Amino acid sequence: MSKSKKIQWTRKHLIGLSDLSREEIEFILDTAKGFEEFSTRSIKKVPTLRGKVIVNMFFEDSTRTRNSFTLAASRLSADVIEFTKKSSSVSKGETLIDTARNLEAMGIDIVVIRHSAGGAPKLLSRSINACVVNAGDGFHEHPTQGLLDVYTIRQVRGSLDGLKIGIVGDIAHSRVARSDIYAMTKLGAEVTLIGPPTLMPASVRDLPVKVSYSLDDVIEELDVINMLRIQFERLGGNPFPSVREYSHYFGLTVDRMKRAKPDIIVMHPGPMNRGLEIESEVADGPNSVILEQVANGLAVRMAVLFLVNQASTLTS
Amino acid sequence: MEILLNSKQIHDTICTIAEQIKSDIPADTDIAIIGIRSRGEILAQRLESALENHFFGRILSGTLDITLYRDDLNEPKSTQPIVRSTEIDFDITDKLVLLVDDVLYTGRSVRAAMDALTDLGRPRLMRLAVLVDRGHHEYPICADYVGIKKDVDESTLVQVHFTETDHEDRVFIKHE
Repeated sequence: MSKSKKIQWTRKHLIGLSDLSREEIEFILDTAKGFEEFSTRSIKKVPTLRGKVIVNMFFEDSTRTRNSFTLAASRLSADVIEFTKKSSSVSKGETLIDTARNLEAMGIDIVVIRHSAGGAPKLLSRSINACVVNAGDGFHEHPTQGLLDVYTIRQVRGSLDGLKIGIVGDIAHSRVARSDIYAMTKLGAEVTLIGPPTLMPASVRDLPVKVSYSLDDVIEELDVINMLRIQFERLGGNPFPSVREYSHYFGLTVDRMKRAKPDIIVMHPGPMNRGLEIESEVADGPNSVILEQVANGLAVRMAVLFLVNQASTLTS
Repeated sequence: MEILLNSKQIHDTICTIAEQIKSDIPADTDIAIIGIRSRGEILAQRLESALENHFFGRILSGTLDITLYRDDLNEPKSTQPIVRSTEIDFDITDKLVLLVDDVLYTGRSVRAAMDALTDLGRPRLMRLAVLVDRGHHEYPICADYVGIKKDVDESTLVQVHFTETDHEDRVFIKHE
């Protein structure tokens, strides 16, 4: 329902959720609602971005996010250039900005970028005229994941106000956790980060969250639990003694679910390590919204591409 | 500000449109009444109740959001368009689709609505009903069922208020 809120989306770039207001986040979610029913249509395309060119610049591996952006772009009738580090001049030493400027010379409108360096999308947005959408940068942010997570919770519960949400796992290396924290707390939820001290970020005190080192202590209170993936590729040193021990203390098992609220929402950003952070029975169980997250990701990304493009047409 | 229709006149005008439709469309037609957001949606609901008996309660109804089909998306503009959802939960193929909007002006919204609808299916017939046809069409589009026809100068705004959204039933001309 439109509450005649006169909020205007004016941003040409989506870099992170930390600097968005609650109203801006809600505006994206409300817009995404208009894209939700597309998957059920016989013709799943709209002519909205016809003639626009979107570049997927992925400097890191991704299947889900990349495919989701590609599909979102093609449903809006945009043309998509797929760019990968391996098959491009970047492997010959070209800088990020030179690569982007060269692509821009061909007339691109939106760059979707994933990069291992936090801040790369911001840098890019200052260097080119095209719109920039962050698809994950280092340990910084993954805004469209944060948006689709809150979209999914809102879809089930109507609102996030007053909900208790647990984010479990490798918070230190998780850009998803950061974007989630900003989106969830701005929409009125209370967020608890749960995991071993070795996987908590150093900056945790600056975040508007609670911290718990024991999942068993807090599981009964939670309305939503988001199980992050253990990112073996990013873990340095030995943050926990063994995978089995981690799973024992922080895995979402059938036994632990018996102590949770019966309507707890179980989320996972994917890809899952089944049997490690989450048991298969839970991942596929009635409380799981993991596949809804993927479906909603498409609607949210269509909304974001639409909004940044429209912002670039605004005159004042 | 000049009042074009007051509450009673709006009611009577909707009845007039309903009568035109009844005399034109056989009662056994598979009809779907689809309102264009947002005032067209309310007009469609009112038309539906006025037509219920004629079509023996077999009317399908839905709401169409045309934002993604607008022809000015690439034009410079001062406000961001707001996307809302299309709610049509049936197949429009082979139905008579009665498209409903509050005001017919440039014809651009109707063009967008026709494109949006044909992406959803292939209606047998498509018809257009409007409360006010204010003239100055820019596209070759006419309405089949018109409440009132009045040539209104392009420098003015014809605004429809319905109690459901605006706390009053009134159609007026606003000079800018």
